[in-house]
Amino acid sequence: MIDWTKLTWTQPPVMARDDLRDLKKLIDGSFRDFSREYGEALENFFYPLLKFLAGLQQLLLATPWPLMLVLLGLFAWIGSRSWKMVAGTVACFLVIGWLDMWEDTMATLAIVSVATFLCIAIGIPVGIWMARSNRVQAAILPILDIMQTIPSFVYLIPVVMLLGIGKVPGLIAVMIYAIPPIVRLTNLGIRLVDEEVLEAADAFGASRRERLWGVQIPLALPNIFAGVNQTIMMSLSMVVVASMIGVPGLGVPVLRAVTNQYLALGLMNGLAIVAIAIIFDRVSQSFGKRLQKHREGGHGV
Amino acid sequence: MSETKISIRNLYKIFGRNPASMVDRVRGGLSKPDLLDQHNHVLGLEDINLDIPASGVQVIMGLSGSGKSTLIRHINRLIEPTAGEIFIDGENVLAMKPEKLRDFRRFKASMVFQKFALLPHRTVIQNVLYGVQIQGVDEKQALDRAQRWLERVGLKGFELHYPAQLSGGMQQRVGLARALATDAEILLMDEAFSALDPLIRTDMQDVLLDLQDELHKTIVFITHDLDEALRIGENIAILRDGRMIQSGSGQDIILKPADAYVTDFIQDINRARVLQVGSVMDKDPSSATGPEIESTTAMEEALQVLAKSKAQSAIVVRRGKQVGSISLDQMIAAIARPKQGAAPEQRYR
Ligand SMILES: Nc1ncnc2c1ncn2[C@@H]1O[C@H](COP(=O)(O)OP(=O)(O)O)[C@@H](O)[C@H]1O
Ligand SMILES: [Mg+2]
Repeated sequence: MIDWTKLTWTQPPVMARDDLRDLKKLIDGSFRDFSREYGEALENFFYPLLKFLAGLQQLLLATPWPLMLVLLGLFAWIGSRSWKMVAGTVACFLVIGWLDMWEDTMATLAIVSVATFLCIAIGIPVGIWMARSNRVQAAILPILDIMQTIPSFVYLIPVVMLLGIGKVPGLIAVMIYAIPPIVRLTNLGIRLVDEEVLEAADAFGASRRERLWGVQIPLALPNIFAGVNQTIMMSLSMVVVASMIGVPGLGVPVLRAVTNQYLALGLMNGLAIVAIAIIFDRVSQSFGKRLQKHREGGHGV
Repeated sequence: MSETKISIRNLYKIFGRNPASMVDRVRGGLSKPDLLDQHNHVLGLEDINLDIPASGVQVIMGLSGSGKSTLIRHINRLIEPTAGEIFIDGENVLAMKPEKLRDFRRFKASMVFQKFALLPHRTVIQNVLYGVQIQGVDEKQALDRAQRWLERVGLKGFELHYPAQLSGGMQQRVGLARALATDAEILLMDEAFSALDPLIRTDMQDVLLDLQDELHKTIVFITHDLDEALRIGENIAILRDGRMIQSGSGQDIILKPADAYVTDFIQDINRARVLQVGSVMDKDPSSATGPEIESTTAMEEALQVLAKSKAQSAIVVRRGKQVGSISLDQMIAAIARPKQGAAPEQRYR
């Protein structure tokens, strides 16, 4: 297994060249077999998701732009209750349209919304599960660490081998990157709920369900929401990487700009991503703050 | 004497990795410090026996760490005992299945906490509603009930405030209303007033005593403050290092402290105000002379009566009948501060 002839003070024991090549071949080969065997089944499994994603994108594009602006303004209002925020949001999207980035922006919104929705739908239950058992937490935390630190290009390879190029593999890549914060913060939020309040719930005879939904989740909500916010930010930051494997949106022109050295194109689309990120961040943060209103004292006696 | 509501029998609680294996050692006389040093287990409660009468107020007293919270949490089984039995209305609490236990907590025993333990995300009225909602009472009726109790503890107008907007005293009123709203017969109060300022604490004691006059619940009241204990409780049990070292009426405890620890406890109270003539008198009225004094009169008032009438002794009466006599010397001896029972290094702090 070790090629002793190469061993020196500057070269630690190294595998023989042939062995190493065989090992890599073995891994590649078996994964290729696996994807031949199950690739199609997986694709079928994800087909509804693909339909949904494409449908949402078409819906956003088919929506008349004035209506879209109203909806975006409404979203900003619901989140922040601030007219400044609403005006800023509408202005931002008008500029985006004026600079001819409307279509790509809608595609990006579609994938970020779907990714965020799925991250919430999967991440919150996993976080709750982790909070209920130290064993589950110990098993999942290292997985989350890997998901957050492994370079995204590395997991793009197997995803593309399995599912090819397209929206679904892109979505999966985005989710792998964006789901850890919501899982972590849901787990943390529930674990940080005051022991004494939980004891009170027990003393009044709350069942496990009543304890979870009536006490733990409401009190963890500010943390859970911080997780949602981070998940949105991280899925936006994956837009460029995802465009490498065929996800439409603002990442595509950025990628083109990088390869062709188009400064203006890259700058405009990059700034559009930043603008959307800032809007989502501000709106969701002020929403999160409002969730915590009850924590403030004020006219106490 | 009324019937027994809560009966605790040979209760042991040991914290640690293998508590069951330690019970026999503790029964064999291993002390709390030795159990900790030699076996790394904490002795929470040791051989507790206590009968609490229905409609009575039982005070449990002891210094911090003596096991008060542990004991009260056994009554509604928030803590499982290592050995022993607990009966409520003759029913074995430890034999209850989870379902049954939940109903017991919902309908039969409610609790008030030292740090209030209110639900911070719910308004005041919703907090009071909490227990009632869990009981499954329908919305309208539950709201009526909660509103009634909120008004009863003097918080009308604060329904829509959040707990964080209220002072400590008001928060504990919410805690009390929440516990009362379930209509449970048993009220467990773990140092419910200890976190409050002295004046507010006295207020809350008044609120509780008023309510108890009307409701006649079985109350288990924990405190580390003897003045509070004497004010609230008919019976007082004193815990030290998990052991119950004395149990009796307030008068008993002041006049016959079981050991140095209890003597220490009663050091600083105002004996003249707390002690009653009836607990110090001679039970023979035949040779008595002087003014008549009701047996429940506090010493300080009785002394004033004697001083006014320039008498050396008094006749003690109870419900119009002469039941004993008491002399000035007896009274003065009773209110004199007792000698400290133990050498300084043996005193407990
Ligand atoms: N979960 C626990 N694990 C270990 N020791 C405990 C635990 N709970 C209480 N104890 C110990 O039991 C003793 C009694 O505690 P507690 O009932 O809280 O006292 P009190 O309420 O009188 O201050 C203390 O020595 C405390 O350290
Ligand atoms: Mg305590």
